Amino acid sequence: MKNDVTWKIGGSAGFGIMSSGIMLSKAYSRAGYFVSAQNEYPSLIRGGHNVITVRIAVNEFYSLTKHVDILVALNKETVELHKNELTDGSIVLFDPKDFEWKASDFTSKVILLPLSFSAIASSFGGDLIVKNTIALGATVALLGKDMTMLEGVIRDQFQKKGEAVIEENIKLAKAGYDGIKNGERVPDACVLEESKRKDPYVVMNVSESVGFGALSGGMTFAAIYPMTPINALITFFTDNAKDSGITYIQPEDEIAGINMAIGASLSGAPSMVATSGGGFALMVEGVSLAGILEVPLVIDLGMRPGPATGMPTSTEQGELQFVIHAGHGEFPRIVLAPGDATEAFRLTQQAFILAERYQTTVFILTDKYLNEGLWSVPESVFLEKLTRAGQNIVSIGPSFKRYDLTGENGVSPRSIPGTVGGEYIANSYEHDEVGYTTEESAKRKAMVDKRAKKMTAIVESAPLPSVYGDADSDVTFVSFGSTKGPILEAIKTLKEKNISSKLIHFSWVYPLPEEKVKDMLSREKRLISVEGNSTGQLASLLKEVSGVEIKEKLLKYDGRQVYPEEIVDFVTK
Amino acid sequence: MNTVDQFQTPITPTWCPGCGNFGIWGALKGALSSLQIASHNVALVYGVGCHGNMRDWMHVYGVEGLHGRALPLAQGMKLVNSKLTVIAITGDGDCLGEGGNHFIHAARRNTNITVIVHNNQVYGLTTGQASPTAQKGLETKSTPTGVVDEPTNPVTLALSVGGTFAARGFAGDIAYLTELMKCAINHTGFSVVDVLQPCVTFNKAYSYEWYQKHIYKMEGDGSKTRAEALVKSLEWGEKIPLGVFYEEKRGKEIIGAEKSQKTFDYTTLLPQFR
Repeated sequence: MKNDVTWKIGGSAGFGIMSSGIMLSKAYSRAGYFVSAQNEYPSLIRGGHNVITVRIAVNEFYSLTKHVDILVALNKETVELHKNELTDGSIVLFDPKDFEWKASDFTSKVILLPLSFSAIASSFGGDLIVKNTIALGATVALLGKDMTMLEGVIRDQFQKKGEAVIEENIKLAKAGYDGIKNGERVPDACVLEESKRKDPYVVMNVSESVGFGALSGGMTFAAIYPMTPINALITFFTDNAKDSGITYIQPEDEIAGINMAIGASLSGAPSMVATSGGGFALMVEGVSLAGILEVPLVIDLGMRPGPATGMPTSTEQGELQFVIHAGHGEFPRIVLAPGDATEAFRLTQQAFILAERYQTTVFILTDKYLNEGLWSVPESVFLEKLTRAGQNIVSIGPSFKRYDLTGENGVSPRSIPGTVGGEYIANSYEHDEVGYTTEESAKRKAMVDKRAKKMTAIVESAPLPSVYGDADSDVTFVSFGSTKGPILEAIKTLKEKNISSKLIHFSWVYPLPEEKVKDMLSREKRLISVEGNSTGQLASLLKEVSGVEIKEKLLKYDGRQVYPEEIVDFVTK
Repeated sequence: MNTVDQFQTPITPTWCPGCGNFGIWGALKGALSSLQIASHNVALVYGVGCHGNMRDWMHVYGVEGLHGRALPLAQGMKLVNSKLTVIAITGDGDCLGEGGNHFIHAARRNTNITVIVHNNQVYGLTTGQASPTAQKGLETKSTPTGVVDEPTNPVTLALSVGGTFAARGFAGDIAYLTELMKCAINHTGFSVVDVLQPCVTFNKAYSYEWYQKHIYKMEGDGSKTRAEALVKSLEWGEKIPLGVFYEEKRGKEIIGAEKSQKTFDYTTLLPQFR
């Protein structure tokens, strides 16, 4: 019996690899297990090799692991590319028609389990696209569960295609299930223990939890040009625009997108854009515009490897220093970097409140790993009573000045077009309190200082990083964003090896309070920065802020997320 | 009564004496007050250029954005507040050079905004380089031996990509320009007014006198088909037509129409993710 199984399916693109991973995740989440999934695919629509990995466990976990317990190979290539991830006792489910795999082809003692996917598919009419559904049934059998747990997810997945398709797919899954059950040998290496979780969980990617966060934060306008890896956010908004009353528009480019969002924000709508590094590069002048106009704006930047087009469907954390420095001129900003789907929901919600409070741009730094991975999130997270932006536009008095210099923390009252007596100029030139253009020395200085005051207030209110693990630890990891999960997993493993460790995680990553951060970091014995980039961008920021130099860095920049095993190896090497 | 006085600010205009911008400014104030639109219901979104300096002497909700980006800003403002009268005040370099892509797509989208193109063929604020509307042969600082590129034509461009209202006026005929602007503002959908504007400092070739000799007012405004209007829009040289080239009333699918902002319980979406 196992309480934790990692399953991987691979095949040609266009064969429903992704959807089989989603269905498996949802089926086991509904049955009370914790799940997470991650896909890997080239930047092609059809053709190429696709895989999705799903981890299913009785207890809560934070990331995928590198090793695979069940490898479902829908082609020969899947085994060739992934056999190094198998360990002793791993099961390889393959179609002998693709290749007759032998034990000698593997370095680990794997269990080879032939299943005639093609023959089963033929008996159902011969369309090979159904092999993934057969694999799902087979998987449920290997995990020692009842076929019925798949029926609900199959029903939901094929609902739009009608009852006949649903029935056909249930039969296909059953055929896969029986193919294992009626086989000569049913391996019990991967039979899962009973689940324990009772409270309801949802399964979603971080684009979707950002979408939930945006709706809960009061967002009413989004202008998003399509770009991997944030496209699921577009789908979330377009699917729900009608019911939620939000306005989603597809702009002609990212420059238009950010300017539309700034315009909508000027009209009083909490607004956002989302993009990846290349699209954000086009938005940079707009960030500067938002800075001088002092409009609330939220930017979701889903990072992927650059420069330029780079590796569009892979992951990286290479834009931290870019967003901190983006935009000509000096003006305040806030950078948030959620480490998981729950944080992504809460921080996105918070981003809209902060953007409005300080009339500034707030970044949410996500990445491909978070945006396209699937994560278990307790439903209770979404039931939290939260404040919404867009509710507290001030009333306009007779002496209203939009850029009044006397406001607390440099924040002045805003008026919304249509308000009598609230007329002003949102002026990209340096301006006076009303918005009239000025080049006068004292006024220029006063306006720069006003905007800088907001930054001072932001720093003062900045929450300290979250700390996980042993208070008194031999090893202290430092991270921002998505490396949080793999580090938390590594901490569990290190504990088993009697190495005490902790994580200082910056989900509020910029700006940081200098003294407090210095205090926190200088107390630690052995600091290791774990980042998905090649230069240690967080370590550089922390050195600049606190003077503390983090000498040890685990940097991963091959387009893949860091794995817990790699972190453990780094510590113990 | 919303007279032109409502737009008064304490700032004195800094345009060159005789600048065509004065005529456009006068016509705009006249059109807005004639339509009885109060200053707090007007959003004027300016690009960056000589035209944009108008922001300091118009008491409305003014937005001076980035060079070339007035149209996306204006659309964003309108999309979430359809009651606003949103007018983009743009220059030829601003709207058709730096922001050409936005012009095409705003017209396609048929967003309910009005675009005024201050068309003087030069970049005045940077002291007189050729703009995308500069006629062939025009000698400017950046084209000392004369412009060789074909000029863009905002009317033709708007109509060729689905714009539903296109007109041309002259900064030297304020009364007529005022009427054209009123029609454009009243039009539901994307409307553009190309304004022939003398630049007395940097474009001596296309002066008030030159335009007076060549312009004429079309008859039967706006009654043509799009194809006929497109052909008409190409007429340039000895005779240059002014007036409404084309107006199409679609009455639906207008972006920036009324939108309800209801309170939405996002937790109702959770079952999709179970």
